[in-house]
Amino acid sequence: MSRRDGRGGAAALSTIGRPMRKVDGLAKATGRARYTDDIRLPGMLHGKILRSPHPHARILAIDTSRAEAMEGVHAVVTGRDMPTPYGIIPWTPDEYPLCLDRVRYIGDGVAAVAAVDEDTAIAALDLIDVGYEELPAYFDPHEAIAADTGPFIHTPRKPGRNGNVTKVVQLEFGDVEAGLGDSDVVVEGEYFFEGTTHTPIEPHCAIGLAEGNGKLTVWSATQVPHYLHRELARVLEMDPAQVRVIQPPVGGAFGGKSEPFDLEFCVARLSMMTGRPVKILYTREEVFYAHRGRHPFHMRYRTGATSEGMLTAVDSKIVMDGGAYASFGLVTTYYSGQLLTAPYRMPAYRFHSTRAYTNKPACGPKRGHGSVQPRFAFEVQLDRIAETLEIDPIELRRRNFIGANTRTVNDLRVTSNGFLECLDEVERASGWRRKHRRLPFGRGVGVAGSTYITGTNYPIYPNDMPQSGIQLQVDRSGRVAVFSGASEIGQGVDSMVAYIVAEELGVPLEHVRVLAGDTDFTPVDLGAYSSRVTFMLGNACIDAARKLKAQVQEAVAAEWEAKPREVLLAGGLAVRAGDTGTSMPLRDAFNLAEAEFGTLGATGSYNTPKDVHGDYRGATIGASPAYSFTAHVAEVEVDVETGFVTVDRIWIAHDCGRALNPVLVAGQMEGSAYMGFAEALMEEQIFKSEGQGRAGLHNAPSLLDYRIPTSLDTPALESLIVESLDTEGPYGAKEAGEGPLHPSIPAIANAIYDAVGVRMDSLPFSPPRVWRALRAAGVAGGRREAVR
Amino acid sequence: MEVVRLRVNGDERVCGVPAHYTLLETLRYGLGLTGSKQGCDKGDCGACTVIVDGRAILSCITPVWEAEGREVRTVEGLADGTEPHPVQDEFDLNGAAQCGFCTPGILCSSVALLDRNPSPTRDEIRAALAGNLCRCTGYAKIYDAVEAAAERVGGKALEPVEGSAGPRRAPVERMGV
Repeated sequence: MSRRDGRGGAAALSTIGRPMRKVDGLAKATGRARYTDDIRLPGMLHGKILRSPHPHARILAIDTSRAEAMEGVHAVVTGRDMPTPYGIIPWTPDEYPLCLDRVRYIGDGVAAVAAVDEDTAIAALDLIDVGYEELPAYFDPHEAIAADTGPFIHTPRKPGRNGNVTKVVQLEFGDVEAGLGDSDVVVEGEYFFEGTTHTPIEPHCAIGLAEGNGKLTVWSATQVPHYLHRELARVLEMDPAQVRVIQPPVGGAFGGKSEPFDLEFCVARLSMMTGRPVKILYTREEVFYAHRGRHPFHMRYRTGATSEGMLTAVDSKIVMDGGAYASFGLVTTYYSGQLLTAPYRMPAYRFHSTRAYTNKPACGPKRGHGSVQPRFAFEVQLDRIAETLEIDPIELRRRNFIGANTRTVNDLRVTSNGFLECLDEVERASGWRRKHRRLPFGRGVGVAGSTYITGTNYPIYPNDMPQSGIQLQVDRSGRVAVFSGASEIGQGVDSMVAYIVAEELGVPLEHVRVLAGDTDFTPVDLGAYSSRVTFMLGNACIDAARKLKAQVQEAVAAEWEAKPREVLLAGGLAVRAGDTGTSMPLRDAFNLAEAEFGTLGATGSYNTPKDVHGDYRGATIGASPAYSFTAHVAEVEVDVETGFVTVDRIWIAHDCGRALNPVLVAGQMEGSAYMGFAEALMEEQIFKSEGQGRAGLHNAPSLLDYRIPTSLDTPALESLIVESLDTEGPYGAKEAGEGPLHPSIPAIANAIYDAVGVRMDSLPFSPPRVWRALRAAGVAGGRREAVR
Repeated sequence: MEVVRLRVNGDERVCGVPAHYTLLETLRYGLGLTGSKQGCDKGDCGACTVIVDGRAILSCITPVWEAEGREVRTVEGLADGTEPHPVQDEFDLNGAAQCGFCTPGILCSSVALLDRNPSPTRDEIRAALAGNLCRCTGYAKIYDAVEAAAERVGGKALEPVEGSAGPRRAPVERMGV
């Protein structure tokens, strides 16, 4: 890992910018960390959910009497017990905790039981009798969109409309046709991005506990406890003040746990019916069916440029396969277009995206939500333009750099921008100049760039309250407690707030305690999604810590007869500036402040600026207080006989603003690049169609058959941190969790082209696909000259 | 119910479990040792890895009776009293655990490796961890941690660790691939 310090450096900072331990590092390394399934409550029952065997059917009748009569079964619940529709996006509530009268994919929840143990619960599912009337099912998004008569997958919102369409977005900025007409070169292409799923190693799990006093507690492996809190109260028709959501450490999420799921409602309802705690743990197969992962995208792009390689116009048409429910699909549809407009300047841009419903598990947000697929297509287009114009692909990207402190063609405000430094870093580290077009046949390098949001500018439900809040409380011992509503999902947010408290108050890290993810005790943070947490919660934490610090400084200054700003808090001491002989332990300083001001504590909050986007319809979606930038170079080897692609190494340069802890930032960069690599070469969330057996059945719902990379598959990953020091970020920080995924896939595609002269426009680049592409191009163990 | 006798982390344990229970279920639900995780329940992911008679095995596909009379070590048994095993400590120092869910299994695979090969090459580490899926890290930081632990186990060590939340002592440069 190397690190390029943008400006200023971190010399004045004691904790921030340094490699520190995580606050939960040893708990996780010793088995002490307690995840949701590690919790056992006295008298706890086990729940199981009965799932639809049909991709599309009407429910005619459900008879639960035989299951209810079974020894050991305590309760059975069906959709009728929770008939309020919900959806993570308030404008598209199209699902129920359990299906009411229609199932829409194989695996849709129909009924749930709570029993004395798991074996009994599983056996009881066989005793629930469900009558179905099968309906025609759609598995192809184009066929779903083309349907002109029902039954549609959902009831159209207006009569005469197609109920198989979730959302259509058409936006144009500048004059695209004129731009393309004036271009010296226009490249056109069709691209297909196969769906993939998150595959956290921890399966979803939830526990419900209804107490006699009307209180309900739900523990869940969720990354959005606040939204879950709201939806539980709404659907269960409870006073939200009586509902408590606790989010234990989450064993991986990647977007796959960012909305409510059937199990959370079911454990709550079953506990309310039985008065006993109820746990449901998904099987691995259920995790694959729960999905909400990357949408399959069918994309068509046209990109124009001048003979100097300057972009003139970009035109895209996208059809998205959304699966059975809307999920975040409204946002996905906008993101598919809105997030392409940096880091390159585009004088004109148009996108037309349609999200279709199909009878498969719903797609949703996966790391790099909605913008990974278009980025693949577009960066391959740039590679083709560079080749046509005989311009080095890195140079082409430099020429089109949009710059810092500017606006994109769709009117998104861009602040700091370290993309040029990212290009410099990957060019240097990879040895690009001696490799590109110079490696022997079968080996190649490819480059790609990208941008990503640092949090969405607006919450999911409209409100003017802060996006992120935090509370600090100081004990007389000098211990500082942090009450944080944010969700620790492995990204290190609990550590991040502890670093900030240590930095601002000068307390040793081991004196900071973080209590997080409990809606009864922590202020609201909207959740671990859209790469928002470091920026928003970090700023909230600085806000709180500085308020507290001001009180301490004032109290100590009074004692020393000094000015408050002369009191420095660092290294466990309060020190008088310019007079290091005058100091006191921080504990004493805190005690002075408590004597002066009363119980010592502070709250802090952060909300986004509202002038960062245009005023057209949809302008707010894609708007962010800051954007991260990334460049990758991938080096590959292609076996022409088998079509097997080996990625040897990926160089990842990422402008994260400032690395609050470079070890954790590099970990996010490596994990992102790994996940992109996996999508490029290995992963496919696919379902059987008619003629392949039971249509709508998941092709490979296991970790053996859905192939995620092992240690032997994963390439060497080299992190190159670039720090542009954003003026609005906490200490200049932006994000690192999602941006660094994007360029992996096009960088690998472009490297394959450099290696063997074949354009891979469909994912994944699996041996059969690559082999067929090589044969189609007439490459068979041949030489580079054969295709160039 | 069957009564099983196990030797776990040095303790003799007696436990009544359903006859079909695996070693993982017995550890988690019978003995309350929840450090070992269930990620797939069919031997695909490695989160359940424990050490039996010195070998890393998949406890979710091991019938519990197969472990009777053998020495079982889980993540809870790797530390020496309050002193974490060097691999555990280096996982923390190197950021090798993100979500931490695969970590107990990877720690057991790593300790089993170091016990039989105290100075493995990076390729030997990669091979030893091939049965443990990690979805967060891309494995790079895990290799760094195991290599750093091997240095400590082999005596070429860094200073002993003070406290649980001090800064890491190794230079950042070591974390590159």
